[in-house]
Amino acid sequence: MTLGSVPLRYKVSIDRDQCMQCMRCVDNCSYGVYRVEGDRIIIDSRKCTACHRCISMCPRDAITLQEKPVDYRSHPLWTAQTREDIINQARTGKIILAGMGNALDYPVIFDRLVLDACQVTNPSIDPLREPMELRTYLGKKPSRLEFRKNDEGDVELVTELAPNLKLDTPIMIGHMSYGAISLNTQLSLAKAVTEMGTFMGTGEGGMHKALHPYQDHTIVQVASGRFGVDIDYLERGAAIEIKIGQGAKPGIGGHLPGEKVCVDVSCTRMIPLGSDAISPAPHHDIYSIEDLAQLVRSLKEATEWKKPVFVKIAAVHNVAAIAAGIARSSADAVVIDGFRGGTGAAPKVFRDNVGIPIEAAIAAVDHKLNDQGVRNEVSIIASGGIRNSADLAKSIALGADAVYIGTASLIALGCRVCGNCYRGLCPWGIATQRQDLVDRIDPEIGGRNVANLIHAWTLELSELMGAAGLNSIESLRGNRERLRGYMLDEGMLKVLNVEPVGA
Amino acid sequence: MYLQKQFLVVNMCGIIGVIDRGRSGMDGSGIKEALSLMNERGSGEGAGYVAYGIYPDYPDYYALHVFYDNLVEPKKKVDELLEKWGRIVQQEEIPTYERPGLRKKHIPWRYFYKPHKDLVVGSSTPEDDLVKTLVMDINSRIDGALVFSSGVNMGVFKAAGWPEDVADFYRIQDYKGYIWLAHNRYPTNTPGWWGGAHPFNLLDWSVVHNGEITSYGTNRQYVESNGYKCTMFTDTEVVAYLFDILGRRHGLPEDLVVKALAPPFWDEIDAMPERQRKIDHAMRLTYGAAQMNGPFAIVVATSQGIVGFTDRIKLRPLVAAENGNKLYISSEEAAIRVMDPDVQNIRMPRAGEPVIGRVIV
Repeated sequence: MTLGSVPLRYKVSIDRDQCMQCMRCVDNCSYGVYRVEGDRIIIDSRKCTACHRCISMCPRDAITLQEKPVDYRSHPLWTAQTREDIINQARTGKIILAGMGNALDYPVIFDRLVLDACQVTNPSIDPLREPMELRTYLGKKPSRLEFRKNDEGDVELVTELAPNLKLDTPIMIGHMSYGAISLNTQLSLAKAVTEMGTFMGTGEGGMHKALHPYQDHTIVQVASGRFGVDIDYLERGAAIEIKIGQGAKPGIGGHLPGEKVCVDVSCTRMIPLGSDAISPAPHHDIYSIEDLAQLVRSLKEATEWKKPVFVKIAAVHNVAAIAAGIARSSADAVVIDGFRGGTGAAPKVFRDNVGIPIEAAIAAVDHKLNDQGVRNEVSIIASGGIRNSADLAKSIALGADAVYIGTASLIALGCRVCGNCYRGLCPWGIATQRQDLVDRIDPEIGGRNVANLIHAWTLELSELMGAAGLNSIESLRGNRERLRGYMLDEGMLKVLNVEPVGA
Repeated sequence: MYLQKQFLVVNMCGIIGVIDRGRSGMDGSGIKEALSLMNERGSGEGAGYVAYGIYPDYPDYYALHVFYDNLVEPKKKVDELLEKWGRIVQQEEIPTYERPGLRKKHIPWRYFYKPHKDLVVGSSTPEDDLVKTLVMDINSRIDGALVFSSGVNMGVFKAAGWPEDVADFYRIQDYKGYIWLAHNRYPTNTPGWWGGAHPFNLLDWSVVHNGEITSYGTNRQYVESNGYKCTMFTDTEVVAYLFDILGRRHGLPEDLVVKALAPPFWDEIDAMPERQRKIDHAMRLTYGAAQMNGPFAIVVATSQGIVGFTDRIKLRPLVAAENGNKLYISSEEAAIRVMDPDVQNIRMPRAGEPVIGRVIV
């Protein structure tokens, strides 16, 4: 044991004067930080993940948590994290696994973009007094309409419109599979999107029958593992999404550990009980853009051209050209997942180093599609690190039609972004299949919380639009005039096609 | 596109338009008086007029009005370009008469021009497409030249100054047109720039606009992705381009173009009878990026008529009135009454409702 142990990441302590020995911390911690010896609660800080479950359940606010209680010699290059990763890999010889999104300290472009408001020359619009339209349609739109006059002299529409998804608010919940997250989590999300008139993704895990009542508000996913895919599944969804890649781990597949594959997950995914579910890196029938176009058409044929088909790609360097290729297929929307996108499990080296930020990806894709005159051929759905209504408004102003949120919706269910999703012990009942933990989420209450979040962002978006003198979401979409870059370099401004503040 | 300075011209402004549906000519004295009456809505830094039917001697030629900074460099380039793509049958300086309040900053010039339509393939309106391309080219690439009017048998006259000075500078009373639009400007940006005055024109389309288009960024991207270049430093030019795309290239009638730009609210659409609902639903899906937001009242003219409309919640005024064959649309009733004391049927159109006057002969 030449390496010994690394320092504690967190130090947990209990204020013994405050503590009333109710044992809620002991009961709630699924990581085994607390145990009882005699009449004393003993703490093993090394097991702590900073999930805050104990802290939020302590009736006396007796628990405190400190991050990095032991200092390393400070060094700008050899950070504590770098050193610990090396020690870890020296010990195991393995790829380091991590949960949630990119954890490196890249600048957040959203935070360097500011929104506009009206003063004098144009009146702002009060959404409490005037209509404010957030309704969004996702799918192919014709580039022009043809009309004819019928025998009675009335104008009639000749152009046939492709099916579109109708959203009451441009906020959807991204794909998090049953298996990665619990059924009660999915049910909470499903209740919320149904109430708010929007949609959620099923992820690549099939659709549990408990979700069938909400199927009109779900988007079913077809990913490289094809888990859970049959005609019944395809027909239940309001739309179908082909997942090529994901922002947290562009270029690689997925891995659901066998421990999370319980009876229900195994049935829903159509895989053996307890077996690892491994999605390959590429789809084994897609090796080119024309193969993708073929799969889009196959899915459309299978569902009689009644459902929009989306294609999700990770935001990588060449995202704009790839999106332009997708726009030329029969696909109805392109989902771009930025490098801050969350995940249950990803190799840390991918999570932190591969892909590009969503802000730049949206702008590049929107610009390219407009340049080529095919923007109407696909809707743009942005995801990966959308934290609040300002990010939402900025995403739309950069050119997105709608956004997917993932992590934010989980935080609304208790998630504290501790990043240990892949261990299957989530004390909040989110990223786990252990029934006693799953039961901690009441889908009624969870659904209420997530619906509240979407509702709050919707209100804030309305206010932001009204202040900018806009009363329909179409007029915010791609409206770079209403954005300015603050402390962004010239190259970045050029990519975003945004003027600096003051200009 | 990037970092091209956006001196967005923001307007309070007064607007007025008139059409004689029987194509009887009106000289410019009446509209000058009407526009001057609305001087409270302007600041003496920009005014302009457009009239249709003013060049009966050249009824089939594009009348290109150009501001030149000088007649050497830029004019040589423009002449070369025009001769390469068509035939200049006549060209001259537009007669002007300097006023104490209005000094000549540019040299207004006009060409009567016939493009070689055989040079354009794959277009149902080759002459228009060619002229449009030439206008965009000159305005974006030739310094010291700005084409501000490019229709057939019509012309824009504008400058920085009070309406009566601009009118007298061009002696608009010497022109007889069956349609006139006029604009009195209150600029908050680029005040001295003649190109920033209204009306804005492209081909047969002319626009006067009171307001600000808060959806400009979206609209601009839409027109640019359709091959237009925004060169006038103002949000108003997109209106002309939107009308050109939807009206000319997509062949939509005026009422549907207005519907695309200022559509009904979804609640209203949802409550419509099936056939109408289908049309309005499709219009919003298809032309969402053409929708204009923000406070505005706009009058658009072509040789075939005029249409006036406001934004969807009518944040700027618009009044219409009639007298026989004449239809007036203006920011203020008083301005109409100055032109024609006997007007009848005075009404205020509802938000987004188009007022349309078409020629009948």
